[in-house]
Amino acid sequence: MALVATGGLYTLFSPGEAEASAAAPPSAAQVKDGQALFEANCATCHGLQAQGSDAAPTLIGVGAASVDFQVGTGRMPLAASAQQAPEKEVQFNAEETAAMAAYVASLAPGPAIPTDEMVAAVSDPERMAQGNDLFRTNCAMCHNVVGAGGALTQGKYAPSLEGTTGTYLYEAMLTGPQSMPVFNDANISPEEKQNIISYVKQVQEQPSPGGLKLGSLGPISEGLFAFAAGLSALILCAVWLGRRSS
Amino acid sequence: MNEDASGVVGPDSRVDRQNVNPDNDGFTDVVVSEGDRLPERFPNPGLPPHRYRSTDYDPVSAKRAERQVTGIFALSIVGSILFCVSYFVFPLEGTFISIQRSTLALGVGLGLAIFAIGIAAVHWAKTLMPDHEVTEERHDIGSEEDRLAALDIINEGIEESGIGRRKIIRNGLIASTAILPIPVILSLGDLGPLPHTDLRTTLWKRGTRLVQDPTGDPVKASDVTIGSAFHIIPEGLDEAEHPLDEKAKAVVLLVRMEPGVVVPRADREGWDVDGIYAYSKICTHVGCPVALYEQQTHHLLCPCHQSTFDLTHHADVIFGPANRPLPQLPITVDDEGYLVAQRDFEEPIGASFWERG
Repeated sequence: MALVATGGLYTLFSPGEAEASAAAPPSAAQVKDGQALFEANCATCHGLQAQGSDAAPTLIGVGAASVDFQVGTGRMPLAASAQQAPEKEVQFNAEETAAMAAYVASLAPGPAIPTDEMVAAVSDPERMAQGNDLFRTNCAMCHNVVGAGGALTQGKYAPSLEGTTGTYLYEAMLTGPQSMPVFNDANISPEEKQNIISYVKQVQEQPSPGGLKLGSLGPISEGLFAFAAGLSALILCAVWLGRRSS
Repeated sequence: MNEDASGVVGPDSRVDRQNVNPDNDGFTDVVVSEGDRLPERFPNPGLPPHRYRSTDYDPVSAKRAERQVTGIFALSIVGSILFCVSYFVFPLEGTFISIQRSTLALGVGLGLAIFAIGIAAVHWAKTLMPDHEVTEERHDIGSEEDRLAALDIINEGIEESGIGRRKIIRNGLIASTAILPIPVILSLGDLGPLPHTDLRTTLWKRGTRLVQDPTGDPVKASDVTIGSAFHIIPEGLDEAEHPLDEKAKAVVLLVRMEPGVVVPRADREGWDVDGIYAYSKICTHVGCPVALYEQQTHHLLCPCHQSTFDLTHHADVIFGPANRPLPQLPITVDDEGYLVAQRDFEEPIGASFWERG
């Protein structure tokens, strides 16, 4: 179920590491380092040959992108079995993550880590508008129209995309971590993925001229605020009005 | 229990209603019924003793309240000035930040100006204006003479209008009001054409290609890898007379599940292409788009009322208010390898309606 460790979705952590690993092709030494790290840290659940077990899926063919996303956002290694692997403190540095990604990628072909150019937000309004269209159709039902996140079934959730780097957004679409479906390049082309990233970045930079965003959750959070804060203020006014002066 | 005039009684006391003296209209009388020590009437406790405010007897306190009220009025003036100054200091330059600053400053200024006047007025009334309780007795309800006089006025009106005498006028009135609803009923015809088969059919027909929403790209079976979710519309949707109406009926979610997870059903044999299933995205509860697909549990969640459909059991409802599984669109591949519909949905998609059957 959800605790199997295909990992989570998006992250708040800094990009650096993923982009560094994208450039250099893996060397034999890197793969060897990665294998050592894998056997020490991952093999308990994923198996010594990354073949998977009852507790965790196989990693053969998941590609470097999966490893970079899962380890780079701290979702892996898993701290505890739960409905969903939460984003947490990153356990490995960029070099170690890249080594493990290289090792897993060497097992079988799989999605590679996107390059910096592929994930850079573009400022072309038409492309951002198309990104918005695609986001609305493919992403917004779970992640909310401005990427604020939302609830799924039985305690699972689609995390907020606030502050998530373009690389992790791209990798999540490409690999479909945990509950998220896979959006392969035939479904959403690399250029369209870049458009989506551009939209997400752009919409998150939008200031809120109307005041507090209240989580961008729409009428629910606003209604709660009006109820809790607004009604309390009105009740206080009414109590004061009805009280005799001392 | 006690019998004295204070009439203090316990919670179990009851007034003996049979002994109520109808002539007794006094508030303070206590009539003790025979054989029962309960008072028949309870005395009017009257007003509580007047409590004087500090401003009533302490000139210092009154002076302070006066200063407070004046101060709050002054605060209102500050608010008004703040509004006027902000109007010029924060001009609208077309940027979000300028709108935010201007709106905030103007709102705080005007809000303070109005709210402070209200606060000051109430504070003034509560502390400095007289607060002696005043009792006004209720007026007697109108006498029999008043009632008859009112009746006379009504009868006079009837007489003068001649409605009882001039039958033809009365009949005209009845006829004209009786016929008035007809124009209203007639205008209901403008509510639109009857739906006929619109609620039962969609744009899907034999050979219609499944294309992606919103790009319109056709989908090859090989493109739909395991775990994928494609949001699908019928090809040629844009050429339809009412594309949005058609889209609202025809949208489909296309998913591919791992081999073996779907529990087979004899009557759905051959509706999928090698584990690729197409289900209507319109919830059978009230028609929201159901698209929150969890690729590991194969659950499809409707965001409106949390109806959950299990795609491993042909979209059976496993939670929530929906009453029917999502309709499945039978699909196949055409000569070029693109996914196409075999035919339209076999049942009406979406929410229940009166004649659905």
